[in-house]
Amino acid sequence: MNYHWNWGVFLARTPSGESTYLGWLLQGLWWTVALSLAAWALALLLGTIFGVLRTVPGRWLPGLGAAYVELFRNVPLLVQLFSWYFVMPELLPRAWGDAIKQLDPMLQQFLAAWLCLGTFTAARVAEQVRAGIGSLPRGQRAAGLALGLTLPQTYRHVLLPMSFRIIVPPLTSEFLNVFKNSAVASTIGLIELSRQSQQLVDYTAQPYEAFIAVTLLYLLVNVVVMGGMRWVESRSRVPGFIGSK
Amino acid sequence: MSYRRLLPAALALALALPAGAAELTGTLKKVKESGTITLGHRESSIPFSYYDDQQHVIGYSQEFMLHAVDAVKKDLKLAKLDVKLLPVTSQNRIPLVENGTVDLECGSTTNNLERQKQVDFSTTIFVIGTRLLVRKDSGIKDFPDLAGKNVVTTAGTTSERLLRKYNEEHKLGMKIISAKDHGESFLTLETGRAAAFMMDDALLYGELAKAKRPGDWVVVGKPMSREAYGCMLRKGDAPFKKVVDAAITRLMTSGEAAKIYAKWFQHPVPPKGLNLNFPLSDDMKALFAHPNDKALD
Repeated sequence: MNYHWNWGVFLARTPSGESTYLGWLLQGLWWTVALSLAAWALALLLGTIFGVLRTVPGRWLPGLGAAYVELFRNVPLLVQLFSWYFVMPELLPRAWGDAIKQLDPMLQQFLAAWLCLGTFTAARVAEQVRAGIGSLPRGQRAAGLALGLTLPQTYRHVLLPMSFRIIVPPLTSEFLNVFKNSAVASTIGLIELSRQSQQLVDYTAQPYEAFIAVTLLYLLVNVVVMGGMRWVESRSRVPGFIGSK
Repeated sequence: MSYRRLLPAALALALALPAGAAELTGTLKKVKESGTITLGHRESSIPFSYYDDQQHVIGYSQEFMLHAVDAVKKDLKLAKLDVKLLPVTSQNRIPLVENGTVDLECGSTTNNLERQKQVDFSTTIFVIGTRLLVRKDSGIKDFPDLAGKNVVTTAGTTSERLLRKYNEEHKLGMKIISAKDHGESFLTLETGRAAAFMMDDALLYGELAKAKRPGDWVVVGKPMSREAYGCMLRKGDAPFKKVVDAAITRLMTSGEAAKIYAKWFQHPVPPKGLNLNFPLSDDMKALFAHPNDKALD
């Protein structure tokens, strides 16, 4: 294969002249990080709610939690994204749908990708939360209630603080997955990191440099996230439980 | 016919004498040894290269590609050649040709100088102009009318690049949406997300043919550029290029190409049986008269 390597391409100016190709990649990285962090916040919030719902006594609320998890976990991510982006505006009342479609395209794409990634990851987080709560001795819930705490208070002060500290390691891998899954946003045109790399290929015809650079950037992001989560893990270990020393 | 009977014997003889007329190299050698050739095609470049409703690959470029494959088969004197079809996108087509996954790609790929650094192009098979598809009642007549509007184009195409540059240079404040493929671009236009879809005119006519109500749409604007479509093949593979070029040139000079053109652009085509009514342009007439492999930019 007679490939013509050119690593200097990243410092070359883009045809529109407003930045270098490296600038494009960093801009893509910014969108990837912004999207992933926003989606992760949504996922933690929704995931906690639905995870807790799956463990409360009764029939309807756990059923609701289970329905959410099954729906969002069993439909391919790409299908969900297309549904949020293409189908949802058509299902809303005409005026709302049109209003959404007149927004800045970048904002539309970001919103659709954020909802998609957030709700999808939430289903997975919900399962971790449920597992965390389920791993606690049953006596903890009983003790909380016996002390006179209400059920929400028992969750707030006894069950959730314990279970969250136990599930930090599995949450780390979900957190990493958000960053990797964020690449699907490129299919609806959001110019995030993987889309920028494709754009680089189109403009410079130097595919290998572009893909290698993007691989390294994803790796860098994930190493930072992993380091951060390791730190959280070491600070939040519960003595006497799984993962503690 | 006694010649038919002789053919296998002749083939066996040819195989027994590896150093025949000339040592094969590159793609031809690979094809000869493996008995297969991998062709890259598009999924929704109507009417150049796309799936019909039975998921067969059809189209104008596809016919050129198959003629080229016949020529390869004849050139190598192969009794049987397995043809593998691989769908490619605007974004992965160049890497796939480069890394050897795809041997030949005829779709709707513009031959330009940038791309010539990485791949070679066959004799041009089509010449297009980049224009706009808009709703008939939108009031958009040409590119300057796009100021402040949402405009969609397909990611990884020359149109995307031209449009971004034009927007930057003329400070039009357009919001540019880059969709994954032509089908998705048109969906973006049809659902009202964008006011116009910029693309190669022939492809716009093709998308029009897929619309729910083709009468609502119209192709407008002075072409922003003229571009030559060619088949992509690996860089520096002169013997293979020679066979492909000769096949395409023969189609053009024999008048066969004009028939293929009429079939895809002036007669009803799948999937909706609509006639694109796209007349043979002066550029195309010139090409058929004098086939060449020049980039136009």
